[in-house]
Parts: sequence; C-alpha cells; structure tokens
Amino acid sequence: MVGPTHFLALSSALFFIGAAGVATRRNIVVIFMSVELMLNAANLAFVAVARGLGTMEGQVIVFFVMTLAAAEAAVGLAVILAMFRNRQTVDAGEISLLKW
Amino acid sequence: MSELVFYLMAAATVLCALGVITRPNPVHSALFLVMTLFMLAVFYIILEAHLVAALQIIVYAGAVMVLFLFVITLLNLKGDPDEPAHPMLRIVAYAVAATLAAGVAVVLMGDAGATGAGAVLAEGFGGTRALARVLFTDYLVAFELTSMLLLVAVVGAVVLAQRDPASESPLAESGEDA
Repeated sequence: MVGPTHFLALSSALFFIGAAGVATRRNIVVIFMSVELMLNAANLAFVAVARGLGTMEGQVIVFFVMTLAAAEAAVGLAVILAMFRNRQTVDAGEISLLKW
Repeated sequence: MSELVFYLMAAATVLCALGVITRPNPVHSALFLVMTLFMLAVFYIILEAHLVAALQIIVYAGAVMVLFLFVITLLNLKGDPDEPAHPMLRIVAYAVAATLAAGVAVVLMGDAGATGAGAVLAEGFGGTRALARVLFTDYLVAFELTSMLLLVAVVGAVVLAQRDPASESPLAESGEDA
C-alpha cells in the first residue's frame, strides 16, 4: 500500500537533489532551475499531506507556491538578463561584488 | 496503486531530477526539469489533486519552463564550462544531500501513521469547486495579496529587463539596430 509517507520520502529526495544542484552548479540559470526543483518538492509534500488528511488546505498552499514560483521566475530571469548584459557571464562565481 | 508502479515512477522522477543538476548543457537541464514536472503532475493526479495537476502542466511545464528556455537561448549559453570551484565540492555536496534524504526517508518510514494515510475523501476532493471554495473564503486575503505580488513582479521584471537608454545609446546605435 502506497501512502503519503512514500510521497514524502520522494519529496525529500527531490528537495535534496535540488539543494545539491544549488551547491554544485555555477551556471546561475541551472541554479535557478534547482531552486524550482526544490519548490516542486515542497509542493509534492503539501499535496501528499492534503491527500492523507483529506483536507483542501494543502492544495491551496500549492496554488500560492505556484504563483510565487511564476513571479520569482519572471523577476529572477530578468535579474539574470540584466546581469548578463552588464557582466557578460552567468557564472555565479564571477559575481562576487557582495562577497566578503 | 501498486507499490511496484510507484517505485518505478519515483525512480524515473529521481533520475530526471539528477539529470537537471548533472547535465553540463543548460538546455538539457531544462528539458530534464520539464520531464520531472510532468512526472510530478502524474503524482498529483494519483493523490487526487486534479486541478493542481492541470495547473502544474499549464503554469510550470508550460509557462515557466518556456520562460527558462527563452532566456537560455537569449543568453546563448551553449558550450559554457560549468566546473565547480573545487572538484571535491561536487562529491561532498552529493554525499551530504544523499545522507539527508536517506535520513528523512528513514524517519518517515518509522512513523508511517503520522500523516493520516486512511482519510475518507469528500465528494469532489481536489476538483476546481472544492479548491475554489477554500481559496475564496478562508484564504481570500492571501489571494488578493497574491494579485499584488504578481503586479509587483510584472513591473519589477519589466524595469529590470529593459535597457537603460542613457548608458547604452552608443551600443544601440552601432550594433543593436541592425
């Protein structure tokens, strides 16, 4: 019997894959994609618990997270475009102006 | 749903997610991410979240990923070397992530009843009507604030992505007009 626990385990696996992507990649677009992967892992956890408890609140939260992710993608990609225009790079290691 | 089907699909999802973070070409990463998002939509349908599954395909796999691919092609990132700062960093990060994921899985499997596996679902659970009823009553304020968020995001994206006419006018005259 597959229960919400299985989906939560899958969700945590996807989340940590995304975290590893953020930690290892230097291409800032791929880092951004890894963040999207982590958001989706959280969404899966919400949907799994909503199914387990039989309440709709978890799915409403997923709705809000999707809206947030769309807004984040629009603004984030605009930032990447502006950065590429000024620095001609998408290497996160090159962008060190705020680095101590 | 049988456990075998779940494990096969979960393995395929994890492999696609690993493809996102390991492929050197960002276009391949984006396509693997689209695959992962589609697999998640299937999981949402299995979990009776039909509207969320439809939104996942339309909003994520449709709109957001097209935006990603559009930016990747706009930046012309083909052949961009993507080495980590230290070769060991990749191994250490993967090891830490695998350890944490395994730890969470072990904790979850030891406490299987905590998430209420056997809840009785109401009629129309996960449909548009059920989600809209909660969204427009209990979460109405949050919904309205979300519209503000989207407005701010649209204005912010336009402001950030536009060219500064004062500082870039020589460039625009020489090469950009062609």
